[in-house]
Amino acid sequence: MKLDSKIPKGNLSEKWDNRKFEMRLVNPANKRKFDIIVVGTGLAGSSAAASLAELGYNVKSFCFQDSARRAHSIAAQGGINAAKNYQNDGDSVFRLFYDTIKGGDYRAREANVYRLAQLSGGIIDQCVAQGVPFARDYGGLLDNRSFGGAQVSRTFYAQGETGQQLLLGAYAALSRQIHLGKIEYFPYHEMLELVLINGHAKGIVTRNLITGEIKTHAAHAVIIATGGYSNVFFLSSNAMGSNASAVWRAHKKGALFANPCFTQVHPTCIPQMGDHQAKLTLMSESLRNDGRIWVPKSKETAKKLREEKIKPADVPEDERDYYLERKYPSFGNLVPRDVASRAAKEMCDQGLGITKNGNGVYLDFEEAIGRLGIDVIKSRYGNLFHMYELLMGDNPYKTPMKIFPALHYTMGGLWVDYDLMTTIPGLFCLGEANFSDHGANRLGASALMQGLADGYFIIPSTIGNYLASLGFEKVNADHPNFEKEKQKVLKQIEKFMSINGKSTPDEIHRELGKIMWNHVGIARSENGLKEAIKQIQSLRKIFYKDLKVTGETNNLNETLEKAGRVADFLELAELMAMDALNRKESCGGHFRVESQSKEGEAARNDKMFTYVAAWEYAGENKKPKLHKEKLTYENVTMTTRSYK
Amino acid sequence: MTINVKLKIWRQKNAQTKGKFETYVMENINIHLSFLELLDELNEKLIKNDEIPISFSHDCREGICGTCGLFINGRAHGHLRGVTTCQLHMQMFKDGETIVIEPWRARAFPVIKDLVVDRSALDKIIQAGGYMSANVGGAADADAIFITKGIADNAFAAAKCIGCGACVATCKNASAMLFTAAKVSHLAILPQGQCERMRRVRKMVDEMDRNSFGNCTNTYACEMDCPKNISIAHIARMNREYLRSVLT
Repeated sequence: MKLDSKIPKGNLSEKWDNRKFEMRLVNPANKRKFDIIVVGTGLAGSSAAASLAELGYNVKSFCFQDSARRAHSIAAQGGINAAKNYQNDGDSVFRLFYDTIKGGDYRAREANVYRLAQLSGGIIDQCVAQGVPFARDYGGLLDNRSFGGAQVSRTFYAQGETGQQLLLGAYAALSRQIHLGKIEYFPYHEMLELVLINGHAKGIVTRNLITGEIKTHAAHAVIIATGGYSNVFFLSSNAMGSNASAVWRAHKKGALFANPCFTQVHPTCIPQMGDHQAKLTLMSESLRNDGRIWVPKSKETAKKLREEKIKPADVPEDERDYYLERKYPSFGNLVPRDVASRAAKEMCDQGLGITKNGNGVYLDFEEAIGRLGIDVIKSRYGNLFHMYELLMGDNPYKTPMKIFPALHYTMGGLWVDYDLMTTIPGLFCLGEANFSDHGANRLGASALMQGLADGYFIIPSTIGNYLASLGFEKVNADHPNFEKEKQKVLKQIEKFMSINGKSTPDEIHRELGKIMWNHVGIARSENGLKEAIKQIQSLRKIFYKDLKVTGETNNLNETLEKAGRVADFLELAELMAMDALNRKESCGGHFRVESQSKEGEAARNDKMFTYVAAWEYAGENKKPKLHKEKLTYENVTMTTRSYK
Repeated sequence: MTINVKLKIWRQKNAQTKGKFETYVMENINIHLSFLELLDELNEKLIKNDEIPISFSHDCREGICGTCGLFINGRAHGHLRGVTTCQLHMQMFKDGETIVIEPWRARAFPVIKDLVVDRSALDKIIQAGGYMSANVGGAADADAIFITKGIADNAFAAAKCIGCGACVATCKNASAMLFTAAKVSHLAILPQGQCERMRRVRKMVDEMDRNSFGNCTNTYACEMDCPKNISIAHIARMNREYLRSVLT
């Protein structure tokens, strides 16, 4: 298999225009002859479904939640980047492109990232037209805030609920098309298989989560926009239902999986409080605009704080270590996420952590409240402070927040070309589910931008090029491949129901999470990764021997749903560890302890690893095959990321 | 610190069968557990005992997706104001307390199983008109329209609705007025929303009426139990919008 990224010719700024002009079009009257399946209704899925329906295609939209509006994009807090330069502070399309490439530690494609920056402004325009209530200043113009990894203010926001407002905008557009009859809507449906005919994606198999009915759906093309796989780690900031089944099952059908080891740990989450905790809660990175991160300088003070013998206010200013400001004076508390996360872990590993289990640092607003007044802080972060107080019982206006890094986002995903098509013709992948734009590390407020760029602006153009190469005949689900895949799904369900062991899917998932956090987490080593692979393989055996699922198959059965998701996590986890083992360099969110500078900063190995690692599924228990897509940088110079 | 609680939970196999309360005793509960983590723990036990776990809706577990929704001791999302069920923690309950847990009860929300109800009627209200008809492609520059901070903030306060259905569940008439009004209000306040203002409110209210929701009798219960503190002033605005729409 040869990877063709289909990057258009021409100067960086002309590539997208050139590509759009090269592409074949589907005449407006013919669009209604094509059916498109969209799996997932987050920012990417909803915006894609709505935009394609607006163009006249027949769309089928699927989500496992009870409503499209629940997709996890809803939980994004801080904002969305756009190169509008409304603040007159020197921003430009090129600067957003440059920041994103650099933030991604030079492991993303130039052409894709530049296009993303070009489209960013249009996203804000579209969202405002839909009625998204972004924050405004008293004069009536849009307000911006700054985010990690950037020295300009280009982040648009709606208090701490930007993802919600953007998703509700896309959901509204989707709802309108449902009303107009252009979208057939399938909530409570989970995609369990992809169906190929002659190597092209032509449909999916779903389970109706309420009735248990297994059904096939046919279309001319399939779009997967089902988000990331942070939940491999059990504890993450993702929603409970977020899963990798759609992408993983597509991978097993031939779609290459790119850079699975590129995962992002978010520096500002609420620390874990107990063993039965089901998930971790994120506090928006925007808090780092005004909050200052610190630990005490001495271990003794840290110990007293852990044992609650003293309060943070009792630690005098000169005994505090604002370590990000000290180590990275020019970016300070706004260094990118990977840098901030690693620094927090380093401090805690030195015994300076301040929560009971030693894994936590302070995020302090005292200085900001003094400078700006409590009302300004309240208007900026009110809902976040409220959320924190509910969880922790502390008032962040009075005492610093306790935070610690947690798994949050996955940069890896299905490999896609410039048109967002996977290695399976007719299968497209959008949003967090693909690997395309963030390299080895995503900058804050860029996920929302990517999801909506993919859905509103890119796929409506690129899918037409694929469809124009097909005939107009209807694709029917009566091809034998549909029945074959359906039987496969039924067999797997039967298997889960019949093992009748002792371990619940959650128990096994929790074990998997521990393996991943210990060995494939913030810092990774050769020995640790080899150990992880061994442990994952044996856990997988336990799963198929000792799984227990009760209840029925023709009824709502969350344990059964979970079993299927955990089965896929157990396979994907191994690929993540293998990819991490293969990448003997540190870059972005991937930190190999063997590859660091004298000062302990991540050391890239550009000579060996300036490529996208795209893995091909080789069959059960067989070693996957690695394909490399070489990355070339013609418009930026690869430098060592420095935020000092 | 740990506490003991007794849970009385509504169990119902599906919409066709009758449900009933079952009692479960949970001992030595860590007070840092969230309320839903308590149910997770109970479910793990049930599975291990070869029983069917309790179905309940949940997803983001941070109060924003609107999936969770339990009627706890007679209140939608429990007794605390401004929170969703997933934001409740065991430290908010007393040792030895009996906690009664029911699904949202409304004719428009048939029970699917145990504590899970079908809220697709809310989707239908949005589908009927809860949007601005702005196709992708033609939008003007975002700063071309000036929207003063007050208007933007007001619109945001209405747009915060998470569509959980607590307003319906807690209303003695099972009315969806607060949910519908929040969307009508959000869009009617903004300058972009003016073109479809008249049509929108009529279509949404008509759809609401078609879906077996009751009427509003101004008890304020919805505002009391709304996890996002959405004000019933929006209902007043919707009534004005509706009158203006049918009378002009």
